[in-house]
Amino acid sequence: MKKLINSPETVVTEALEGVAAAHPSLSVDVGNKVILRAGAPRPGKVGLVSGGGSGHEPLHGGFVGYGMLDAACPGEVFTSPVPDQMLAATTAVDGGAGVLHVVKNYTGDVLNFQMAAELAGDDGIEVAAVVINDDVAVEDSLYTAGRRGTGATVFVEKIAGALAEEGADLAAVAAVAREVNARSRSFGVALSSCVVPAAGKPTFELGDTEVELGIGIHGEPGRTRSSMNPARELAAVALDAIAADLPVQGDLLVMVNGMGGTPLIELYLMFNEVRKYLEARGGRVARNLVGNYITSLEMQGFSVTVCQLTDELTRLWDAPVDTPALRWGR
Amino acid sequence: MDAEVFRAWIVSAAEVIEANRDHLTQLDAAIGDADHGINLSRGFTAVLGALGQENQAPKTPGAILTLTGNTLISKVGGASGPLYGMAFRRAGKALGDAADVDLAALSAALEAALAGVQKLGAAREGDKTMVDALAAATRAFSKAVAEGAAQEDALSSLAEAAEAGATATISMQALKGRASYLGPRSVGHEDPGAASTALILAALRDAARAGR
Repeated sequence: MKKLINSPETVVTEALEGVAAAHPSLSVDVGNKVILRAGAPRPGKVGLVSGGGSGHEPLHGGFVGYGMLDAACPGEVFTSPVPDQMLAATTAVDGGAGVLHVVKNYTGDVLNFQMAAELAGDDGIEVAAVVINDDVAVEDSLYTAGRRGTGATVFVEKIAGALAEEGADLAAVAAVAREVNARSRSFGVALSSCVVPAAGKPTFELGDTEVELGIGIHGEPGRTRSSMNPARELAAVALDAIAADLPVQGDLLVMVNGMGGTPLIELYLMFNEVRKYLEARGGRVARNLVGNYITSLEMQGFSVTVCQLTDELTRLWDAPVDTPALRWGR
Repeated sequence: MDAEVFRAWIVSAAEVIEANRDHLTQLDAAIGDADHGINLSRGFTAVLGALGQENQAPKTPGAILTLTGNTLISKVGGASGPLYGMAFRRAGKALGDAADVDLAALSAALEAALAGVQKLGAAREGDKTMVDALAAATRAFSKAVAEGAAQEDALSSLAEAAEAGATATISMQALKGRASYLGPRSVGHEDPGAASTALILAALRDAARAGR
């Protein structure tokens, strides 16, 4: 395993020290593992808190800043953060108007955020939670943990963040977050596994000509293994799955996201395939993101997230944002 | 069983988790995200640290289990943190202030732990989770106690049933947690949460046995 680390035990802490040093707009509590906006919370503004395992950077810490998150809680690599972190974050960002927790649908994240929300409630802070479950790779079933939260998390954090920045109340911010989640679907494909530092070897093995369809973001294998194919066919597999579950006509927000190990030249090529697929079916890519936004360490692969836009959602997407990973309008 | 036995249990559990860290991680790599062993190891190391704090050392079996649960919630993360944390907290609460715990009280504590885990995680037996080990163990222990078994035999039943429950998960298809995303591919692999539960309960048997 070749990684730019010093030791597996110190990866997260040392990375957080680097984040703190690189971004003066952030206030990073390395000891407690909470990333905050520098400066006190604005009275009357709904606070937005998210979090999850480390290893998905820039999600979530890279999205802390004006117009997006107020705080992010990084857990150990691919491991949910603990309630203490979310409680500290929630308390820190409370401006008296309540706090929204953006929670990706994984049992660990859900349980730990749930515990934190109860504790915050005991302290008199009103917390609403939105669970993101946009990944179509896992079939919806009465008995499973449900669909995983993946790329739509970025869309939700941006759009809900914009509405919160405008001073909307907690109910409205939570409602728009749920709306974005409901209007978004994602699907990912892995060309390689990833290596969790503490494990020291790839989480799974993929042969030279194999891909994993429906990959998750933690190195957990997807639903089926298949053969490598040209980009246009991998795009079609991903978009067929999305289109089977969500109409892709009309104005769309589309993200072609790198898993961390795929070069930008390939992501742009994939975006071209995605664009052509959608346009052939009456979709118009009105807004897009191409790059590494929700990664899985060094995994090679991509995910596509498609969101049906409305005028209001488009307006909120365009609203100014100033975070390490997304910055426009300011 | 007094506080010393319970302390010895937790110390033994920490040791066995550490010894099986890579094995648990490997089980979790097959059907999860390869962090179960690492996470539990970190959690139990923190528990040992908390138990070792002289000025705040917990004095009763219940207090030991509650401190264990609280520490695991704070340090483990993932789904295991809240689930094991809840199990130990509920067991600790059920034991109350008692300085000595008899088999009936321990049985009630295990039932409380199981109820807490099932309520939090909503898993049933057969879903291929820690519940498959914990439920089988709780049932076997309760039965042994009702039949008047001696402590050593009852705890052996507990550990054996937990082991059997964990082994039984091999042929199950995961219906909860990260393994459920694998669908049929989760079959043929032991659930890491069930495996760690079996290890922890075996440590209880061993600690009580060594304490005589």
